[in-house]
Formats: sequence, C-alpha cells, structure tokens
Amino acid sequence: MLEGIGILSLTIWVPIVAGLLLLALGGDDRRADGIRALALIGAVLGFLVAIPLWTGFDKTTHAMQFVERMAWVPAFNIHYHLGVDGISMPFVLLNSFTTVLVVLAGWVVIREKVAQYMAAFLIQSGLLNGVFAALDGVLFYIFFEAMLIPLYLIIGVWGGPNRVYAAIKFFLYTLLGSLLMLVAVLYLYFESGGSFDILAWHRVPLTLAAQLLLFVAFFFAFAVKVPMWPVHTWLPDAHTEAPTGGSVVLAAITLKVGAYGFLRFVLPIVPDASHELAWLMVALSLVAIVYIGLVALVQADMKRLIAYSSIAHMGFVTLGFFIFNPLGIEGGLVQMISHGFVSGALFLCVGVMYDRLHSRQIADYGGVVNTMPKFAAFMMLFAMANAGLPGTSGFIGEFMVILGTMQVSFWWALAAGLTLIFGAAYTLWMYKRVIFGPVANPQVAALKDIDGREFLILALLAVCVLALGVYPLPLTEVMHASVNHLLEHVAHSKLSY
Amino acid sequence: MTFPMPDLLPAAPEILVLVMACVVLMFEAYAVRGQADRSEIVARPRVAGYVLTLLTLLAAAGLTAFTANGVSATTFSGMFVDDAMADLLKLMTYLAGIAAAIYSRQYLADRALMRGEYFALLLFAVLGMMVMISASHLLTLYLGLELLSLALYAMVALRRDDAVAVEAAMKYFVLGALASGLLLYGMSMLYGLTGTLELNKMAATLAGGVDNPVVLAFGLVFVVAGLGFKLGTAPFHMWVPDIYHGAPTAVTLFIGSAPKLAAFAFVIRLLADGLQPAHADWQQMLAVMAVLSLAIGNLAAIMQTNIKRMLAYSTIAHMGFLLLGVMTGELNGYGAALYYVVTYVIMSLGAFGLILHLARAGFEADALDDYKGLNSRAPWLAALMAILMLSMAGLPPFVGFYAKLTVLQALVGAGWIWLAVVAVLFSLVGAYYYLRVVKLMYFDTPHSHEPVLATPGDARLLLSVNGLGVLLLGLLPQPLLALCLEAMRLTYG
Repeated sequence: MLEGIGILSLTIWVPIVAGLLLLALGGDDRRADGIRALALIGAVLGFLVAIPLWTGFDKTTHAMQFVERMAWVPAFNIHYHLGVDGISMPFVLLNSFTTVLVVLAGWVVIREKVAQYMAAFLIQSGLLNGVFAALDGVLFYIFFEAMLIPLYLIIGVWGGPNRVYAAIKFFLYTLLGSLLMLVAVLYLYFESGGSFDILAWHRVPLTLAAQLLLFVAFFFAFAVKVPMWPVHTWLPDAHTEAPTGGSVVLAAITLKVGAYGFLRFVLPIVPDASHELAWLMVALSLVAIVYIGLVALVQADMKRLIAYSSIAHMGFVTLGFFIFNPLGIEGGLVQMISHGFVSGALFLCVGVMYDRLHSRQIADYGGVVNTMPKFAAFMMLFAMANAGLPGTSGFIGEFMVILGTMQVSFWWALAAGLTLIFGAAYTLWMYKRVIFGPVANPQVAALKDIDGREFLILALLAVCVLALGVYPLPLTEVMHASVNHLLEHVAHSKLSY
Repeated sequence: MTFPMPDLLPAAPEILVLVMACVVLMFEAYAVRGQADRSEIVARPRVAGYVLTLLTLLAAAGLTAFTANGVSATTFSGMFVDDAMADLLKLMTYLAGIAAAIYSRQYLADRALMRGEYFALLLFAVLGMMVMISASHLLTLYLGLELLSLALYAMVALRRDDAVAVEAAMKYFVLGALASGLLLYGMSMLYGLTGTLELNKMAATLAGGVDNPVVLAFGLVFVVAGLGFKLGTAPFHMWVPDIYHGAPTAVTLFIGSAPKLAAFAFVIRLLADGLQPAHADWQQMLAVMAVLSLAIGNLAAIMQTNIKRMLAYSTIAHMGFLLLGVMTGELNGYGAALYYVVTYVIMSLGAFGLILHLARAGFEADALDDYKGLNSRAPWLAALMAILMLSMAGLPPFVGFYAKLTVLQALVGAGWIWLAVVAVLFSLVGAYYYLRVVKLMYFDTPHSHEPVLATPGDARLLLSVNGLGVLLLGLLPQPLLALCLEAMRLTYG
C-alpha cells in the first residue's frame, strides 16, 4: 500500500486517475476494446481498494474512521478532511460496486466516444466517493457539485432523443439547490468561528430562526437530489433520456446523496428546526409515496415508471429519517442500499431490452418470457424486490420504516403501508404486460436471451438483493453505533447551549 | 528655486515600458522607410515589434518582481505609489499583455494587422494601466486612464476598412469621453470640498467631517458613475457588448482582460483609499450597480448568438460580482475582489484565446453555432473550452468557484446574506449560458468535419497551460489566494 495515502483517498482518486488516463489514451474508437478493458480494470481496482473499508471497519464506535486530514486552503481554513462512519461507509462500497456494473453494462452498447463515456463514469464514481467521505464543508460542496458535470455530459452525449432538454434541466435544477447550500455553508463558517469542519458544525449553537433558514437552504440542496415531491420533476426526464449506465448511477447513487445529506447536515446541524419541520417532511414523503405511486401506475414508458417508483421509494427513506427513531433511520438506510441494487437492476433490465428492440414502451413488448426465459427470471426477482416482497432486500427497509412509523403514528404508517399495494401494482402490472402474454410484436419473437456478460451483471445484483433480503444483519450492525449516536445528538436541543 | 529630482526607482517599470513603446513606434516608422524591398517591409517590423513587445513585458515583469518587497514607496511628491497591490496587479497586467500578444499573432497576421502600431499601442495601453494601478493622486489616476483609453480607442479601430469596427471605436470614444467628463466633474467637486487631489489627504480631510454633505454626495455620484462606465457595470454597460463584438477578436481579448485589472485598481484607489470615510454612501450605490449588473449581464447573455457578445454580457455580470466584494468596504472584501479580478482575467484570456485559435483567415469563429460538435473535431480544444466555461460559471473544481466563494465569504462575513443569495441565484442563470456552450460542443453534431487548422505551437501551448491552469488553480487555490489576500493586507491593512 502506498505510504501516506489513505484508503478513502484511494477510493476517490483511483477511479479519477483511471478516467483521466482513458481520456488521455482514448479518442480513437478503433481501439475501443483496449479502452473498455482498461476501464474495467480501473473500476475493479476502484472497488478492490474500497473493500478494506468493510473488512477493517470498527462496528463498535460512532466515531469517524479511516480519517485523513490535512490543510488544503489555509487562508480559509479549508481541509482535505475525509472519514466515514456507519452511515456513509456502505455507500462508498455501493458506489464502487455499481461502477463495475456500469462499465460492464456499457461494454457493447456504447460504440461512439467510448473512452469519454467510460472516463465520465469513472470520474463520476470517484467524485461520488468523495461526497460520501468528505468531512469538510467546502470539500463536500466541491464533490457535490463537480459530480454534476460528468453526469451532465453522460446524459447529453449518449442519451435519448430529448437528451439536451433533460441534461440542462437536470443540471440547473440540482445546481439551484446546491447554490443555496453554499450560502448556508458560508454562514456556518462564520457561526462556528471560522471552521468548515462538518463535525464542528454539529456542535455549533444556533438560534431557531437561523436553524430554520439553514434548514430551508439545505432542504433545497438535498430535497432536489432525493428527489422529494414537489421538486422531483427533473428525475423522470433525466432517467428516461440517460443511457442505461447513466440511469443506473442516477438511481443507485446520486439520489442517495440527497438522503445522505439530510443525515450528515440537516439532522445534526439544525436539530431543532428538523423537529419543528418534521411534519412537513413527513407530509412530503407521504405525498411522494402515495401520489407518485399512483403516477407510476399510469406510465407507458418503462424507464419513466421505474423513475417514478424511485421517487416513491425515496419517500420511504425521508419518512424514516424524520420520525427520529432507530428503526426509521436504519430502515431508511437499508432502503437506500436496497434501492441502489433494485432500481439499478431494473434499469439494467430495461437496458437489456432496449438494446435489442430500441423501445422503452411497455406496449411494444409482451411475451418476452417465451424468447428470453433467463432474463424473465431475473427481472421477476427484481420486480418482486421493487414491490417489497419478503425475502428480498426491498422488504427489509420498507418494513423497518413502517414499524418505526407505527411507533409514532398509526395513520402515517397506514399511508406508508399503501405503497406495498401500489408498488406491487405498478411493478407487477408492468412485468405482466412486458414479460407475459402473447407475443404481439414480431421483433419480440426474434429476441435473443441474455449473454454471459449480461448474465453476470444481473446475477451479481440478484445475489446482493437476496443476501440483503435474507440476512441484513451485517449491514445494520455497521450502522447501529452511528445511527444511535446521531439520534442522541438530534434529541438534544441546540437552543439551550 | 531648485527642482528636486524625484526617486525614480518605484517607477522604473513604467519608465522601461514607456521607452520601449516609443522604440517600437519609431522602429516601425523608420524600418519601413529604410526598406526598399516591399516583402521585407511587411516582414521585418512584424517580427521585430512582436519580439520587442514580449521582451519588454518580460523585462518589466522581472523588474517589478525583483523590486517587490511589500513596502509602499511613494514618489513624485505623493502622486505615485508602488505597493504590494500595485506589484501584483502589474505582474498580472504584463502576463495578460504577453498572452494577448502570443494569442493574437496568427490572427493579426492573417488579417494584415500585424503591424508595429498594434504592439506600440499595446505597450502604451499597458503603460496607462500601470500608471492607473500606481496612482495615489487624482491627476495621476486620470492621466493613466486617458493613456489607456486612447490606446484602446485606436486599437478597436485598427481595421479601419471594417465598418463594424469603426462604429465600435466611435461608440467607445464618445461614451468613454462622456465617462471621463463625469469623472472629472465628480473629481472637481471632491477637490472643491477637500482642497486636495491627493487620495490620502482627501481621506484624512473627509474623515474629519465635511461642511457640505450635498456636495460630497454629488461628487460621489459622478465619480461612481464614471467608475461604472470604465468597469462596464450596469446601468453604464451599454458600450461593452458593442465594443466586444465590433473590435477585432485580438483586441477584444486584450480589452476583456488587462483593463479589468486597472479598473479594479481604479475603484480600490478611489473608493477604498480616498473615499473610505464616505463608505456608507458609496456602498449603497455599488450594491445597486452590482445587482443590476448581475441581472442584466446574466439575463442578456442568454439571448446572444455571438460568443463575443455573450462573453461581453458575462463580463458585465462578473464585474457586478467584483463590486460585491468591494462593496463590503472591508479588507477581506477587497482581497476577495482582487482574487476575483485576477482569476477572471486568466479565464477571460483563455476563452478569447480559444476563439482566436479557432478563427482563421476570412472566418471569425465568433458565432455560437461555430462551436457545434467541436468535441468531434478537436477534443482537446473542446475540453479546454469546457473547463473555461464551467470555471466562469463558478463550478468546482475550477478556479472560478473559488473566486465566487471568496467574494461570497466576504459578503456573508460582512452580514450581507441576502446579497449573497441574490448573487448565487444569478449565478444559476449564468450557468445556463455557459452550459449552452458546453452543450453545443459536446451534444450537437458539427457543421463540417474539417479539422481545426494548425496554429503556431506557442499559442497552442499557452492555451493548454491557460486552460489547465484554471483547473490547477482550482485544485490548489491556496498560493494565489493567499498572495491576493496578503497583498491587500500589506497595502491597506
């Protein structure tokens, strides 16, 4: 291991350096095979360097681990400060893992500007790891905003017909949120006596008025990313137009950044405002769960349907966070990880079909099971997980959140429980229309089943979904200490300091 | 009566540039007359003027860097000052002059503009800026300003057979003269009020209180309006898009870079130095001008189809951001504004340099549509342009982000949170049109697939250094940031 460079730095910089290398070498699509191999090596290496985070993780403490800290911009007291706890560590792994899948998923499909495509994903991966690992406000902000750039290009260059609109909408929407956060970050810098240390901000006393304003600023930044109703409208467009890999990264990782922000910034920094406005957050979450669930039901485009289902599932996450009990927060976190696998897998499934038929419309399919039995089996599993079937990862998170909500209010829990019905309805109905029934379209009759590469991707995800569904303890164990500490912290008012 | 010889050492770089500007001018005149062979007439001065200019600026940079010691040295009976801020700004001015010369060479040669006049005018303009930067007296300030302006008017009109350029020059001249008039009128009121033209003494007198606050207010309004003209901030911005658009791109590049440094020095010397006691009065005016500039600059830039016009409006917005830093009236804010203007000049040089790089004989590459699909034709140039545009939009990890962060930090620190919110919201609008350039280059298909013409290696290298520098300064902002803050602290701390 390189001396002086921490594991977290490696998880950030290995993919970025690999991406820059690709950019330097690439350009000529005739050498695409070499480029792809190199990209895969970079992605796998990025995942391998992240594994020690899991094996070397101390589950008994809530303190930050694998900490790296050095002065970066002393003029403003900005530090290159990295560290993970039980809340952020799983996401670094999830992200590094997803990157490998994304590189594999784009293997054959992407034929133009291969080097730039792969490089964008690798750089994006490194930046996302940075978001989860950053413990300095400015460093976080830099990763948080810089990650928009590769995703903007991914959607805009390799996306669908309406990609330009989707890319710009995505970018400006999310930028609006983060710019307000920048002002909040600067305000906290002065309130904390000139420090950008996020952990120090957790201890800064703030008046209720200041907390409420900070809450609003952070809310915009993170709610847009989650996305919460009513600032969700960019997501269906971005998801639909993005290439498969882009959709996977969006759904599996970038949405998690918003939810993660609530745990890292909003709850601990403005606990009183969080309690004060919890009703609003719960209400928005329930709207997302119920209303967006209904919206998903009527979608004719598979990607749009999954995009709306993502919003509904992320509603569960924010609901879990703002009921302030361990079940809720851990349930939300498990749901985030699970959703990363499940929605990623579903987008890959749609990608598999899209690569063959070049259509995302449900109506164009029907009877796919006849020609693609292996694929149908995989998609069945993921559809079930999306519907929250016990034994899959989708069930664990939703169940924990509903249990936690039940402790607070029966009616909220009931409303949240509706999702089990809606989720099953829209997912399984789509599954039925696409996979079963008579073969209506002659092109479907000519479909080839998945090849070894696609099998590998889907199998990897299937294992994750089942493992997490049957035995989630290793994951929740990691989170316990940090979540409990967070809840203790949030329970203390900052007003009385 | 004896005439005491002033201490010339603090003004040594100015003297050097003055002498060399005259040499370049003379060389042109005599070299042409002395030559019989016509081809050589064209060839000789071309290279000589170019090389002499580069050497002069390098020598001046060496001289300034060598004598920079962080101590303020005043000479010419308190009319001229050489301090840390002046040294830093002058070094940046030379740098901008060198970059302008290197970037422009091919463009000028293609258009038969590669004449000694261009370089002589460039050196005179640099000299004017240097005088402005080092002025500690209203007369010196005005002298430098006029020297700069006259050189620029002539440079804009360099293509005298081009109607657009001549119109732009006329407009520039008339509006510039009007601005100078406003400025002089304001200065005369301040003189009447305080009885001095020396900035330090003026500050001391004003600090003691004035008998007639109405005159002070009037004087301030005229002075600030004049400053607004020179900086190109709304509502005195009307000339900016026309000049940027009408002038040959090589001249636009120059106008869009170094003069911003001098204008910044102008604002700081006048407001932060001479009129500091009236801070509460000019603060409000600057706040209004800043917000208007952000609004008009960013909104109008969206509608442009010409990249030079678009960048002109973006300049207006950037200057608005700069004023936000100055407006705080605190050392922190001045330092932030200094950092902002320095980084802006670096980005602006790169962006116009790239436009020059793509232009060739008979083709200006100044329509936004000319950038369609650039990524397919020249990926490296597209990447550089993308870096520059995203940096101007203030996105991390590029230096433009730190520039905005620094100013916002000063604003929030001074308690102007609502202004900070306004500023970031307009940055969002700004992000749209910068992103549109990225969109054109990456998402659209090119009109033609012909490769970009090869340009001189030095310009290409400089362009790469410039673009990567914007990235590198964003990844490691400490050195430049600390330098700017330290220079301000040494000067006004």
